[in-house]
Order: sequence, then structure tokens, then C-alpha cells
Amino acid sequence: MSDLPKPEESLSNLDHEPPQTGWLDTPIDIRKGMYCYAANPKSQKYVGFPHAREWNPVEDDWKLPENWQEILHQGFKERLDRFRSVKIFMDTCVRCGACADKCHFFIGTGDPKNMPVLRAELLRSVYRNDFTLLGKILGKLNGARPMTENVLKEWWYYLFQCSECRRCSVFCPYGIDTAEITIFGRELLNLLGLNIDWIATPVANCYRTGNHLGIQPHAFKDMLDFFVDDIEEFVGVRVEPQYNKKGADILFITPSGDVFADPGTYTAMGYMLLFHYLKERYGFDITWSTYASEGGNFGFFTSHETMKRLNSKMYAEAKRLGVKWILGGECGHMWRVIHQYMDTMNGPTDFMETPVNPITGTVFENAKSTKMVHIMEFLADLIKHDKLELNPKRNDHLKVTFHDSCNPARGMGLLDEPRYVINNVCNNFYEMPANTIREQTFCCGSGSGLNAGEDMELRLMGSLPRANAVKYVHEKYGVNMLSCVCAIDRAALPAMTEYWTPEVDVTGVCELVANALVIPGEHDRPTDLRGEDLPGWEEPEREEKDAE
Amino acid sequence: MNVKYMFSLVAVLLLILLAYAGAEAAGMKTFFGIFIPYLAVAVFLIGFIWKVVGWARSPVPFRIPTTCGQQKSLPWMKYSYTDCPYTKTGVVLRMILEVTLFRSLFRNIKFEQHGDRLVYRWEKWLWVAALLFHYAFLVTVIRHLRFFAEPTPFFVQWLEGLDGFMQIGLPGLFLSGVVLAAAAIYLLLRRMLMSEMRYISLPSDYFPLFLIIAIAVSGIMMRYFTKVDVVAVKELTLGLVTFGPTIPEGVGGLFYVHMFLVSVLLIYFPFSKLMHLGGVFMSPTRNLPNNSRAVRHVNPWNYPVKVHTYEEYEDEFREKMIEAGLPVEKGA
Repeated sequence: MSDLPKPEESLSNLDHEPPQTGWLDTPIDIRKGMYCYAANPKSQKYVGFPHAREWNPVEDDWKLPENWQEILHQGFKERLDRFRSVKIFMDTCVRCGACADKCHFFIGTGDPKNMPVLRAELLRSVYRNDFTLLGKILGKLNGARPMTENVLKEWWYYLFQCSECRRCSVFCPYGIDTAEITIFGRELLNLLGLNIDWIATPVANCYRTGNHLGIQPHAFKDMLDFFVDDIEEFVGVRVEPQYNKKGADILFITPSGDVFADPGTYTAMGYMLLFHYLKERYGFDITWSTYASEGGNFGFFTSHETMKRLNSKMYAEAKRLGVKWILGGECGHMWRVIHQYMDTMNGPTDFMETPVNPITGTVFENAKSTKMVHIMEFLADLIKHDKLELNPKRNDHLKVTFHDSCNPARGMGLLDEPRYVINNVCNNFYEMPANTIREQTFCCGSGSGLNAGEDMELRLMGSLPRANAVKYVHEKYGVNMLSCVCAIDRAALPAMTEYWTPEVDVTGVCELVANALVIPGEHDRPTDLRGEDLPGWEEPEREEKDAE
Repeated sequence: MNVKYMFSLVAVLLLILLAYAGAEAAGMKTFFGIFIPYLAVAVFLIGFIWKVVGWARSPVPFRIPTTCGQQKSLPWMKYSYTDCPYTKTGVVLRMILEVTLFRSLFRNIKFEQHGDRLVYRWEKWLWVAALLFHYAFLVTVIRHLRFFAEPTPFFVQWLEGLDGFMQIGLPGLFLSGVVLAAAAIYLLLRRMLMSEMRYISLPSDYFPLFLIIAIAVSGIMMRYFTKVDVVAVKELTLGLVTFGPTIPEGVGGLFYVHMFLVSVLLIYFPFSKLMHLGGVFMSPTRNLPNNSRAVRHVNPWNYPVKVHTYEEYEDEFREKMIEAGLPVEKGA
């Protein structure tokens, strides 16, 4: 971050005027701070990916396999036959420009190849050359070009500057989805071993240990036990999470990031406290799994096949444990995979039951086939039926806004559930401007496996539109807490706020819930789950007690 | 000057010249009046079908609608019936809105930087111009059915009445032709003058615009200025559709230019971005319901993959699991 100018300078340096040379004639410049390191070959070999090798993006020689052009052409062709989306998206774009200024990376970097239309044109130009009549006849005049090493490098650079957030797809009159194009393009790059390490190593870890961080089962339990101690200190009750429990009613799966790093850890503590509450009050029976200890799926950023391989653990574990259904924690792309891919890839799931909330009796008809329910749907249902004792005053020191994560917003439609929950656990909630939330939400700038350290400039500039909206509500309403339902957000947004809006902190929604939840047997709770004093909390509490 | 639009402009000018010289000077009226139109219609129909069938042959392996509103989840939570459709009816409505009103484009906003603030303004002009352009085109096409049916169908007469309601001049001015030309010119200027648009535009974006403008202008000239012999024109066009083609006297070169440009447009259509006409109906991010968790979507090429099973996992970590007090399947 030290390489970056001050935020004000970054803003005034912004320039969206395209260069004089056309995009087909502007050579690629792989710039430090904007790209992620190449995949570690060990990780790639572990999952059996082709052409694993040491290579460096800034060196001229990428050590490509000899017949790389043939591999790409063949791969392109096969995928055109497999995905109608790709085929149509290659053919129908009219370059109307509606998508151009919708991308957070274009807004933040001003690089025209970050306009969704041009990102897709990078691939389309080769498609026209290889697969269309007019492209073959007219060549460059029709925007067609053969695949060269420079084109390949351009693909790599810009396909790893897209976070697959789908914002452009909301505005496209033909629904052209750059996420789909990036997913497809990255799948092709992986045929040549051209992945980034921030994706490849989590994939290998997840395959082996069940989670991206490579936490082994005993260590996973250790980490949660650590939270058990913290909760005991801050709340005064000892929670008892269950692991790999056969015959439990429900299996709980959430991203491992929340087990590992702040402020996600507080969200994890929030889950544990919530489950403890439900168990004490209603006999709720839920288990964590160490084998399926990852909700996220970096395979999604690699290839459809890898996504399926990693995702298979969820149903396999549900079957082994004999649970009735699965509850999923707060995560962005995890929910896109669960909502739009899982049942198709690894279903059907006749070994489970249509999810029913055992406490309210609500049947989750919308999840009757996939049999996995989002914790926000679950919580909203509990709150609606008045099954949680909540004291939102405990969050009164917070002025909260909510960041819609891209995937739940545009790949699922989870918009009002988290808002309903937040409004029931907080008294001060403020929305960011309308064009920056809900289906028009801006990415955190680090999605789709780009939340590494070495591409911090890309991440921070990509987060500008989100940060600017946060800054707006901070200045207008004094917002000091940015809530979200995504583990990558919780990992990425603190870096964003540190740079752009240092006065605003980041939280998961379940942390807010747990702070407001009145736990049977709790002590005075003068602090929140972070161990920070609740301003002005002690006095009113004592007065009430005196009055009793 | 920009080579990308100059190329397209020159191409259209050459096409005009070719048809005019060919029909007038070289006397190739049969070629331009009969052969080319038949060829064009054949290429258009076969090409269009070939392209759509080509798309349809590729499966939709996953149900991936872009959700643009609240999902249907809990019974008491209001969901967005058309922007995030859950039912087939919802999808049909979403598609109708998309195809007839350009719903997605209607959302268009323009990003602007005001000092240290980023703002997003509703940008309606592209939507307005696009709607006008497409509807004017549609009305113009329907109006032209007059030339291909005898007697003229009632709905064509009805539409003509509507289109000429302003009753300016003689023959009465049709709004559609003027709007078509004006909207196409707006779309062209937008491409030429806005730097972002100029940057992303290809010759294949300018070419159809120049072509359509030339078609509209040649049509307007024939109707209002050179006053083409409509009876003779209809004799020719009716001859084409009844498969008894004739070349009547008294049809000038301008008509052959008009007809040739339309033929070029038809021939160009299936090989170009103009196929968005078919593509808009088939986009998997728009034409599928957001019910993937309720109704399983089947991927026809779903194949088994290598997975890391629980047994393999436990075999690797069993001792550590036992030590940590985690339940195991074997050897506890």
C-alpha cells in the first residue's frame, strides 16, 4: 500500500480518456501492483492441472507448451459447443457502450480494457478470427486478430482484473455477462497452466484439507475452541459447537476465512453464539464439519470442473452425516455456486429432506431441491416469528450501512433478507446511494480470487466506487460500520476502508446479530464480541438493575 | 478522420454507386431487380436459421439468470416478479419487457466524477434513441408490406394512417422514415463523437448504420422528391413474391439503389452483430427463472469428476483427529 499515492491524489489522477492508439494496437504493459503472482506448480500438480511450471508474468518467456495455440483453439471450440452463453455472448454484442462505465475496475483505473465490452472483445477478436466468416475475410478491419503471445498475455492480465461481479450484465440489453466470459477465459488459461497463486493454492488446500487455508481437522477445531474461550470471556456462557456429528439435524458450512482472520472471526463467533442460543432455547441440533469446512469455492475461479470437484464435499458430507439439510453462512461467490450450480453439478439429493426450520416450522420451498438455506433467510424467518430475544440497543454506538455482495445480489437476489435482519438488530441503519446498492452494487474490488497482497493497487482502485459511496454516508449520516454478508468482503473491505475511509469499520451481519442477542445466562456484557467496550452501556444497565 | 468509419462510409458509397451505375448505365436491371433480392432473402433466411440453430445446439448447462431484484424466498417477503422471476410467467414478462421496452437499457446510468465524488446519473438518451430507431424500423418494414400484397392488408393501411397522422405535404409524410433516419444519425454521431464510444467501435459497427441511413434517405427521396412510379414499383415487388418476376418500365436508378442496399443489409445480417435480433431471446442470463434451488436444472454433459473423498481425508488425518477428539469412522 505504501507505493500508492494519497487517496486524494489517486482520485485526482483518475483519467478515463482512452489513449490515442486503438485497443488492437495498444501493447500490453503488465504493471506491478496490478497483477497476482503465478500459480505455485506444486499446488497445480496436487489437483492434476496441466502444464504446471515455474513462470513469471513479467518475464518475456512464459514457458508455454509448444502447441499452446492449438490447445487454446481446441479448448475454445469445445466450450462453444458446451455453453450457449459463450456462443451467444460472442455473437450478439453491438458495442452500444452501456456496460462501459459500469465496471468498478474501469472507474477506478481508467484503463479502457477494463470496460466490460473491451474485456470481452479481447476474446471476441480471436473468436472472429478463428470461428467467423467475416472475421476470416476482413481480418483486422472487422476487429479480428490471430492468437499471439501478446494477445494471450493481454487475456491473462485483464481476465485477472475482472472480479466476475456481473454488474455490467445488469445493464446489458442482451444480458451479456462478463463473469461468464471471464470464467470461460480463465478456464482456457488454465489449460496452459496460467493460473494465479492466490487461486491455485487455495484450490489445492481445499481439495486436501477441506478448506482454502489448508487448516487440518485438529487445527480447525482448535481455532473454533479459541473462539469458545473468547465468547466465554465476553458473554459469560460456554458454547459447545459440535463437529462431524452423525445424525445431527443440520450441517453448517461457511467460508474458512471467517475462522482465520478478523473481522470474519467475529462473524464466526456470531454463528456459534446464535447456535448456542437456539440449542438452549429450542434444542437446535447443528454440526460443523472439518471435511467440508469451506463454503467458498475457488474452483469457481479456475474451471467448471474444479468447482464441481471442490463443491462435491458438501453433499458427500451431508450424506455421510445423515443430516436433514444444510445451512450456509455468509459468503458471496459461495452462494452463487450453491444457488446456481451445486444441485446441477452434484445433485440430486434424495438423501436429504426439504428444509424446514425446526423452530418456526417454516418450509423453505425455495430450497426444496438443493436443500441448502442461507443464514439470512434462516435468521429473517426466526426474527419474523419472534424466536430471537434481541436488544438492538447494544448496537446503538454503530451507524450501520450494508454492502450488497455481488454474487448474492446478482446471482441469487438476496437483497431484503439481510436488510430485514439488520433493521431488527440495529437502530441506526443508512443506505448508500441507490445506484451503488442492491442489484447495482459495486464489488469490493477483490472478488474472484483477486484478494492477494501483491495486487493491492488494483484492489484499492477497484474498490473506489464502493468506498466513495461509503464515504458519502459516512459524511452525511456519520456511518461508522460497513456490514456485509461475504467472507471475501470481510477480508478485503478493511484494506479498502483503511485507505479510503479510515473512520469506518467492517462487520459481518451475524456479528451484529450476536451482539444484540440476549443469551440465557449471560453476564453484564460490557463489551461486544471484539472485546471492545460498548460506549455508554454500563450505566443504563446498572440503572435498570437498581430499579429491579 | 477515423479509418474505422471512413472505411464503412466508403463501402456504403461504393455500394450505392455500384447499384446506380449497374442498373442505369450497364442496364443490369434484372440482376439488381430480381437476382440480388432473391439471393438476399435466401441468404437472410438460411443464415438466420443456421445461426439460431447453431446457438440452440449448444446446451445451457447451468441456470444462470442475472438477478436484478429481490429473490423469492420467504413467503412474506415481497419479491421482484419480473426482474428476478421465479415462475415461467415471470420469465415471459421479463423477456417481453426486455424485447419490447429494452428494460435493461432503461436502467442505464452514466458515471461522472465531480471532484472527490463519484456520481451516477440516469442516462436515458441511448434508451430513447434505441427504442425510436427499432420501432421506426419495424413500422417502416410493416408499411412496406403494401408492396408485397394485393390488396394491401388492413393493418398496413391502419398503420399508415397512424404513421402519417400529421398530414404534412403530399404524399403525406410518414413519421417512421424520418424518425428512423434521425435516430440512426444520432446513434452514428454518438459513436463518432464520444471518445469512449469511438474507442470501442469497429468498422462493423459503423457499416450497418451508414447502410440503414442510406436506405432511409433513398426511400425518403423516392417518396417525397423524385416521386417514384409507385405502381411500377409494386408491379416489380409483387412479381417477386408471386414468383413471376418482371422488370417494369419507369422505375429509376434510385429505386435499384434502395433495393440493393436493403439486399446488402439482409445478406450482411446473419454474419454480423445484427443477429442480436435473435440473440436477445436466447440469452441465458435473461430467459431463465431464478428457481435453481427449488427446481433442479439438468446439465446434459455433466460428467463424473475426481474428488477427494472423506475416506481419503480421514486416512490422512485420522490420528490427529482422534487426538483432537473428533469423531472418526475407523479405528476410534
